[in-house]
Amino acid sequence: MSVNTPANREVFETLAAVFARLPHCKTLGFEYVGLDGVKPTLKVEWRPDLVGNPATGVVHGGVITSLVDTTSAIAVSARLAELETIATLDLRIDYLKAATPGRAIFCTAECYRLAGQVGFTRAVCYHDDANDPIAHGVATFMRESTPLPIWRDGGTK
Amino acid sequence: MSAFMERLLELRDQKRYRDIIDAIPYARLMGVEFAEDETGGLLFSLPFDAKNVGNTVLPALHGGLIGGFLENAALIHLMWNRESLETPKIVDFSLDYLRSGRARTLYARCTITKQGKRVAHVLIEAWQDEPSRPVAVARAHFLLQTAA
Repeated sequence: MSVNTPANREVFETLAAVFARLPHCKTLGFEYVGLDGVKPTLKVEWRPDLVGNPATGVVHGGVITSLVDTTSAIAVSARLAELETIATLDLRIDYLKAATPGRAIFCTAECYRLAGQVGFTRAVCYHDDANDPIAHGVATFMRESTPLPIWRDGGTK
Repeated sequence: MSAFMERLLELRDQKRYRDIIDAIPYARLMGVEFAEDETGGLLFSLPFDAKNVGNTVLPALHGGLIGGFLENAALIHLMWNRESLETPKIVDFSLDYLRSGRARTLYARCTITKQGKRVAHVLIEAWQDEPSRPVAVARAHFLLQTAA
């Protein structure tokens, strides 16, 4: 099966805006870059306060985890026919190589299977080539994790 | 081998927890705290801060932030319990979310399950009200030495 457009563009745009602008994502400086088919890309610029190892200047793995989690949630949104709240069930990150200090990190994710209750995603983080990744992440998301609509206040509170 | 690790072990011996967090920019940004408890184990805590929210309606902590908090706890726990001047390098990290992290302090404790020559395996558990109701559990593998 191959789908190359969001199941519902309005749903996607609403949820993508919410996820990319959550307070924690603003704290880390995430930026929504765009959507290629059903694969969204986010970006985070290198900043001194995101560093995990001051001896090397390499960004903390926690930033990568948040980037994978957020981009993957947006990838699930691209497959949803209607608005619903989703929540991460589990996540695994493989750190393939250290990120280069001073350079922006991109993350591209894909929801490769949307089942009735669970969405399955994979993601890669990289500097400029998705084929030369820094990290690889797989995650699952519970659908309709709460009846409370996450999009109601636009996630901007 | 690094001046950073030398400094870190020095801060550890003086139990200067705050200074260790201040040496790790990401941990300081999130607002991480830790200290030895009465049993001598390390207890990590993350006081609630609105900037860490990932669901503004509930509200709940961001899942990625919970991951970062646990990963950082595992790293500090490992450095604290070793004499090595090499910074452990994370290889992979796996995290299960069991409950949403509400708008209050999140706690975490780590266990070094195995410490080999090259690789360490660390388990991490996070909770808010009581340890028997975990918010998340995680495990991580770290490389302990630079390849020759």
